[in-house]
Amino acid sequence: MAKLERYQQRRGLVAIDGAMALIFILLIVQIWLLGATLEAFLAGHAGAVLPAAICSGLVFLGCVALDLFVTRVDQESRKP
Amino acid sequence: MSLLPSPSKEPLWREEFSVFTSDERYVTRRQFAKFLTLTSLGMFVGNLWVLAKAHFAKTPSFPSVEVGEVDEIPVRGIKLFTYPTPKDHCILIRTGEDQYVAYSQKCTHLSCAVYFSAIEDRLECPCHQGFFSVRDGSVLQGPPPRPLPQITLERNGARLLAVGLKGS
Repeated sequence: MAKLERYQQRRGLVAIDGAMALIFILLIVQIWLLGATLEAFLAGHAGAVLPAAICSGLVFLGCVALDLFVTRVDQESRKP
Repeated sequence: MSLLPSPSKEPLWREEFSVFTSDERYVTRRQFAKFLTLTSLGMFVGNLWVLAKAHFAKTPSFPSVEVGEVDEIPVRGIKLFTYPTPKDHCILIRTGEDQYVAYSQKCTHLSCAVYFSAIEDRLECPCHQGFFSVRDGSVLQGPPPRPLPQITLERNGARLLAVGLKGS
């Protein structure tokens, strides 16, 4: 029984680490997106601003979903 | 007054390494994931801010300022002036018999003053070898990320007027 619990915990930990790595990658993409948007806006290409804001919003929603996933997996793996 | 350290109950190593592992506050994975998500929210807010800036930005109005007389400078010659404010230095170039172009003198890389090279027929930034086309101010070579802002010119009889700024 203890062996099964330890296995489930380890599986949960791997899932959490994977989700966090994904959040990190999404964050880097979002930082780049903000820099590129600002650069385009300052260069006078205002047309790129709206699609960039939508993409950034989608990336943020992805981060929220992954954060919720991390919370859920963490709670499940801690269940007695 | 004694130069010797005062006797203490604690051993010396404990006095020098006063950080205790048990008192440290560890960041859990959940907290770190939350922190990353909040940073992502910050980036999104930044994008929304740029969007709001682009949406609510007023179209700037520029004054009409006399730059000089038509025949004041020779063909391939230049004249320096300021536009739209006295702090914004610009360069007027006579590229042909009846052709004039004017650009902001501030390089879009690190704001060094660009000059006109008549031999190479381009605008050059001496700081990092950034070259701009004299035709439209576009970047020909080097680190500048954007073209030079172009001054819109109008001819009023024998006078040349600066009336606007493109790509600022």
